Amino acid sequence: MSATSNVLKANKSSGKGSLIGYFPAGFPTLDESVDAAIAMCKNGVDVLELGVPYSDPVMDGLVIQQATESALEHGFKLPQVFEAVKRISAAVDTPILVMTYWNPVLSYGVERFATDLKEAGGAGLITPDLIPDEAKEWLEVSDKLQLDRVFLTAPTSSKERIQNACDLSRGFVYAVSTMGITGARDSVDNLARQVVAGVRGASSEQNTAVGIGISTAEQVNDVNSYADGAIVGSAFVKAYASGGVEALTAKVIEVSAGLQK
Amino acid sequence: MTNLREQVGPYFGEFGGRFVPESLIAALDELDSTYQAAKLDPSFQHELAELHRTYTGRPSIITEAKRFAEHAGPVRIFLKREDLNHTGSHKINNVLGQALLAKRMDKTRIIAETGAGQHGVASATAAALFGLECVVYMGEVDTQRQALNVARMELLGATVVPVTTGSRTLKDAINEALRDWVANVDNTHYLLGTVAGPHPFPTMVRDFHSVIGTEARKQMLEEFGFLPTALAACVGGGSNAIGLFHAFLDDADVELYGFEAAGDGMDTNRHAATLNFGRMGVLHGAKSYMLQDEDGQTMESHSISAGLDYPGVGPEHAWLKDLGRAKYWGISDAEAMDALRLLSRTEGIIPAIETAHALAGALKLGKTLEPGSSILVNLSGRGDKDMETAAKYFGLLDKKS
Ligand SMILES: Cc1ncc(COP(=O)(O)O)c(C=O)c1O
Repeated sequence: MSATSNVLKANKSSGKGSLIGYFPAGFPTLDESVDAAIAMCKNGVDVLELGVPYSDPVMDGLVIQQATESALEHGFKLPQVFEAVKRISAAVDTPILVMTYWNPVLSYGVERFATDLKEAGGAGLITPDLIPDEAKEWLEVSDKLQLDRVFLTAPTSSKERIQNACDLSRGFVYAVSTMGITGARDSVDNLARQVVAGVRGASSEQNTAVGIGISTAEQVNDVNSYADGAIVGSAFVKAYASGGVEALTAKVIEVSAGLQK
Repeated sequence: MTNLREQVGPYFGEFGGRFVPESLIAALDELDSTYQAAKLDPSFQHELAELHRTYTGRPSIITEAKRFAEHAGPVRIFLKREDLNHTGSHKINNVLGQALLAKRMDKTRIIAETGAGQHGVASATAAALFGLECVVYMGEVDTQRQALNVARMELLGATVVPVTTGSRTLKDAINEALRDWVANVDNTHYLLGTVAGPHPFPTMVRDFHSVIGTEARKQMLEEFGFLPTALAACVGGGSNAIGLFHAFLDDADVELYGFEAAGDGMDTNRHAATLNFGRMGVLHGAKSYMLQDEDGQTMESHSISAGLDYPGVGPEHAWLKDLGRAKYWGISDAEAMDALRLLSRTEGIIPAIETAHALAGALKLGKTLEPGSSILVNLSGRGDKDMETAAKYFGLLDKKS
């Protein structure tokens, strides 16, 4: 069973929404990123999305690009992501999904990466540039190790592709709210409702969380009125960059305020 | 051996595929189906061929380089003159094909990445010709070393966006173009400039460039009565090389040589020799060889030539290398610049620095071949854009000032 799914479903059935929070491992250093992530989990984040810094983050806007670039400049090494997962999961029960572009996993070895992630206490992977069509090895390995695997659906995804993403995801399906890259936006695109409706049409069981562009309490509440969770990333990274753990904690409390914890 | 020419993707052996965000899949599907339909549509083929005849200046000629060949051992050297195409390089072959497809898809805006600026210039040219909006992403480092091409693009009406993220070269320009495309797919076609990227780009771009080899093969037989012993082309992403190679893939007697940029040298870590030193990975949407560190982070490449300064390579080349059908050698900055000057002084042809890598390769290769052998070099571009780099390199500016 999926720990991520359990959390989302439990919150749903007790009338609360869920907040999924992104933070990059190693930003600005490993220790500080671990402290930041723990603070997020203790203050309102229900599922942690721990990012792996990567040299070519095509899905990311400037805020996350700058953070992950800085992590790499500070000497982030891939195995540190397992160390971060281990330390965070020792401190909190929050499910930890690692968000990673595919090449670092491929380079490390898919099975080896999955095994080390499992051992460290991670729940699974979110793979922004791995579509199910190319994921044969990951599908097998994640089944074997019972890891969550979150695929994405977009406003332009066909019915067949939405169905496929629903059938093959475990934990939740990532509903991309808008045609674009990560970064805060004034309003969450109406397309998000469409994408979520597509997932609901494909499956009555599968969870779906909306991401990209979400940065305020209002948006988090609104998204939770029709989806199973809201994903916030750039807004947290930006808060940390401007005021460290304190500002980050305040931002987490602020955007999760409406979720009646 | 199987029929190598028949490969149409998405995979070349284990290479290729579509490793991109889901948001781009619909656009790639649309492009693929539009291209498949166009390929079978005689009116599309006719329109493209007419453009090449009346605008590009095709067929490009073959020139025998007799004085240059004296420096290459006992062989004859032939040049396929893609430098004589409108805009000065092979890049226009692909650009006109994709611009016609953009029109078929009712896209009003094209975006492109560029390293040397040749693909950007060709894209800006096609945009002007077809009345499309054009935005070109170019690494900040490259806008400086290819300033003349930036001016050309702007004069043609394109917007050039200097990319200041990452290593500020071609790979980062591709990242930025992909980000733009995700946000604007409804009205925008990404006119990718080489045989890399997600399917259908490697196959489609190859097909648009295969006119190079198709013409050359026929010209060699008709004008000289034989096929060359070996083909030589420089390899950045690999488009001019595969364009020349493709028609010859199943001519088992014709050897294929690609020349990568070895930068400071093959014994240094400052190079762009992806097929020689890279490892299999995923970059810019395809599985292929790439320069990466032990964590799978893309490494910076180095070359005096902006157009070869790329840490990835097209998946079909990765496949041809593993099959042993093509060989890939490294050529240093110094070797390339020597060849650039030699061709200028022996033949009166100033090649692009990218192309000079193929010429230096031919000089090396010639010395290993039997007497009476011949090498057909893809003269992928002319050197006008490189005058500042070359003048600095050879100290020509100092003398005058
Ligand atoms: C003249 C010329 N030759 C070769 C290249 C390298 O590209 P490719 O390997 O795709 O042919 C370039 C790229 O800018 C170029 O301008």
